Amino acid sequence: MSENVVLEMKNISKSFPGVRALQNVDFKLCEGEIHALMGENGAGKSTLIKVLTGVYGKDEGEIYLKGESGAVSIRSPQEAQNLGISTVYQEITLCPNLTVAENMYIGREKGWRQNWRKINADTNRILESLGIPAKATQQLSSCSIAIQQMVAIARAVDMDCKVLILDEPTSSLDEQEVEKLFGLMRDLRAKGVGIIFVTHFLDQVYEVCDKITVLRDGQLVGEYVIEDLPRVMLVSKMLGKDLDDMADIKSESEEYTGEGAGSVFYEAENLQSNAGIHPFDFYIKKGEVNGFTGLLGSGRSECVRAIFGADHVTSGKVKINGKEVKITNPLEAMKNGIAYLPEDRKGDGIIGDLSVRENLILAAQVLKGFFRPFSKAEAEKAADEYIKLLGIKTASKETPIKSLSGGNQQKVIVARWLFAHPEYLILDEPTRGIDIGTKTEIQKLVLKLASEGMSVTFISSETDEMLRTCSRLVVMRDRKVVGELTGDDLNQNKIMSTIAGGEEA
Amino acid sequence: MEKTAVKKQNPFSRLLHSQMMIPLVALVLLLGFNLLMDPTFFKITLGTNSAGNPVLSGNLISALNNGSELAILAIGMTLVTAASGGQDISVGATIAISGSAMLRILCGTESSPSTLAAPIILGFLVAVLVGMLCGLFNGILVATFKIQPMIATLILYTAGRSIAAWINNNQLPIVPGSTFTYFGGFIPGIPIPTPFLIAVLCFIIMALVMKFTNLGLYTQAVGINENAAKLNGLKPAFIKILSFVILGVCVAVAALIKCSRTSTINYSVVAQNIEMDAILAVALGGNSLGGGKFNIWASVVAAYVIQLLTTTLYKFKVSSDALPAYKAVVVILLIVFSAPVVKEKMAEIGKKVRKPAKEVG
Repeated sequence: MSENVVLEMKNISKSFPGVRALQNVDFKLCEGEIHALMGENGAGKSTLIKVLTGVYGKDEGEIYLKGESGAVSIRSPQEAQNLGISTVYQEITLCPNLTVAENMYIGREKGWRQNWRKINADTNRILESLGIPAKATQQLSSCSIAIQQMVAIARAVDMDCKVLILDEPTSSLDEQEVEKLFGLMRDLRAKGVGIIFVTHFLDQVYEVCDKITVLRDGQLVGEYVIEDLPRVMLVSKMLGKDLDDMADIKSESEEYTGEGAGSVFYEAENLQSNAGIHPFDFYIKKGEVNGFTGLLGSGRSECVRAIFGADHVTSGKVKINGKEVKITNPLEAMKNGIAYLPEDRKGDGIIGDLSVRENLILAAQVLKGFFRPFSKAEAEKAADEYIKLLGIKTASKETPIKSLSGGNQQKVIVARWLFAHPEYLILDEPTRGIDIGTKTEIQKLVLKLASEGMSVTFISSETDEMLRTCSRLVVMRDRKVVGELTGDDLNQNKIMSTIAGGEEA
Repeated sequence: MEKTAVKKQNPFSRLLHSQMMIPLVALVLLLGFNLLMDPTFFKITLGTNSAGNPVLSGNLISALNNGSELAILAIGMTLVTAASGGQDISVGATIAISGSAMLRILCGTESSPSTLAAPIILGFLVAVLVGMLCGLFNGILVATFKIQPMIATLILYTAGRSIAAWINNNQLPIVPGSTFTYFGGFIPGIPIPTPFLIAVLCFIIMALVMKFTNLGLYTQAVGINENAAKLNGLKPAFIKILSFVILGVCVAVAALIKCSRTSTINYSVVAQNIEMDAILAVALGGNSLGGGKFNIWASVVAAYVIQLLTTTLYKFKVSSDALPAYKAVVVILLIVFSAPVVKEKMAEIGKKVRKPAKEVG
């Protein structure tokens, strides 16, 4: 084991009934290094992390840590922590109703007596040294998600961690918050901590990481220094094939030219909801794909929620096909042919314990009516059809949706709305947290639906994704619509400058 | 060879993993215990009652008879639990209210009239209306004012029996005539106890409702993820209130049986603690008390298991004072065995036992 290697995993294998999740995987982490662990959903990233943190036992292989002689055995997360391996998960695992200091020290107290004054002082010192803008006595829930994330990291760091694992820490942060988090990560790197960074965002990998380890189907593809691996190569290594990921899929798709092409399907004037957005005007044509862009929290989601009647609509005039209608709740929106895939898949999308079949028919069933349930045969036919159409990977149509992977859950929700046969489909962050293969599939699907005459509003945090799919972008800043971009204006620079509100970058 | 093995295993393993497993196993165990201890437990005789009508009697018959109210309430309680993620603890008290209202209609203001003041069906319909109003009250508190179900229903739990006494000016009116006793006893010429027939009728109606409406899907969707249900065009508040109102109807039916058994009503003790048994039936039926997925029939079977347990304990001369303690022991065993942690462990052990057998085959 060379001088500055803090962690070495050799020949790790792990099987679950029916699946070989990891096969002879090696992984090496050096001191003061940010190391990205990349792979599609199901590639084995989380299994590897869970073996390392003692959540799963390994079938084969050894783990070596700096400062420990010989191979270490890690049988529980507690043991991992004692060995200096800390993990910060995507979902905050702290207690929001306790103070920052309490969260930092909970579970680490020795004996019954606590010197809170000292703990608070220590906490403030740590927070200051890491540049985290929070106070020890502040209730954690009063901090933003990013700060909470950082407190979780500070807690890990304070427990003398040598290896810090960040599992999708950025998926609920906006760009500025991500920037802050990266600042913290760079500081820790300078202090010699080895950081394992798991993410789906390619941009972030190239911004902050030093090395990349790629996994595919439970096997190691390779370890690379970041400069030697251009993006396209990374993607093709993750997918195991050459991919035209960066290719312009928009140019492949045809424009809708059927009946009513070019006519406005939905039109809103001065629409406003109680979610704190300024009144806005909006329209979409038949067969058009447009999108809302802006930073997280700029009001993108609130706008589409107002269109769908998901929030309380306070004012505005809405026309569907030129006829004035009132949409004050989701059911009325659905009856007018509008469908909405919400941003928060887990919280607003899936009905976790229900089967894929039940999740899939739900919207269409509600439209059909309380006293007219689909027969079992009808429901099963629909489920089979859409599972095949969208390539949903599930053990069966009776599997509870919560046991599917994120990407497949999302496909079921897409299928739910397609089965309701809407004329206007709103997709709010349909590609968040899902693997690249599925992302591309969803983008292609959007363009295909549009070419068949469906209107689609597409929202994504990743601008290049929107550039690839949308022909018109509504730009938002501070809960206000600040611009609209079409044609030649549809490029990264123009979007950035419109979002920022400054001059051309 | 292998194909048939798979086919054979399928329905069995499906049953093994279904919610029905625990209540059914409990039922079989109880019956088996009685068979071993005293096979005469199963004796059913056809005799005549004091009115000279043919009636069936025996321990099993009395379990089916006396368990009717609980089984009917289990239907509504399962729905309330699934939709709201909480329980209604006021059902005993609301049985007193709707029963009292029914007697007020049937007896008028007299305490022991010689003739009925109104047709029984009118009295029953008023009871149903009162039951539904109580459910509506609870439902609105839970769904609109977002009060925890147990706290919301605590109001009627506390006040219900006083309201019931107030409806009849604190008197205990006695319903005249024998017709009214049919509902809690026997209809002349039919040897099967009427409460059981009423319960079966309720099951059939519920089965039809589950088949021809989306009550099941909507209730589960609301119970599992209210936000998602809302974004799919459902109205969670309405579904929750509906479940409480349905429980209100169940309460009224139970009140009819309870009052008919004695031709009168004793406000302070009628259906006492029945809410706890109803909640227990829901839990024993493997339904999550936190709401979501449910199986009404598992609750119903569990309700009869609870009643059979009582009957068995009576049979073995356990005094009524000691009864709850014995019941508690059995219940704790059942609940522990149906806990997911234990189930998983058992499945693991089962796999290990089966593995060597497979290798041989």
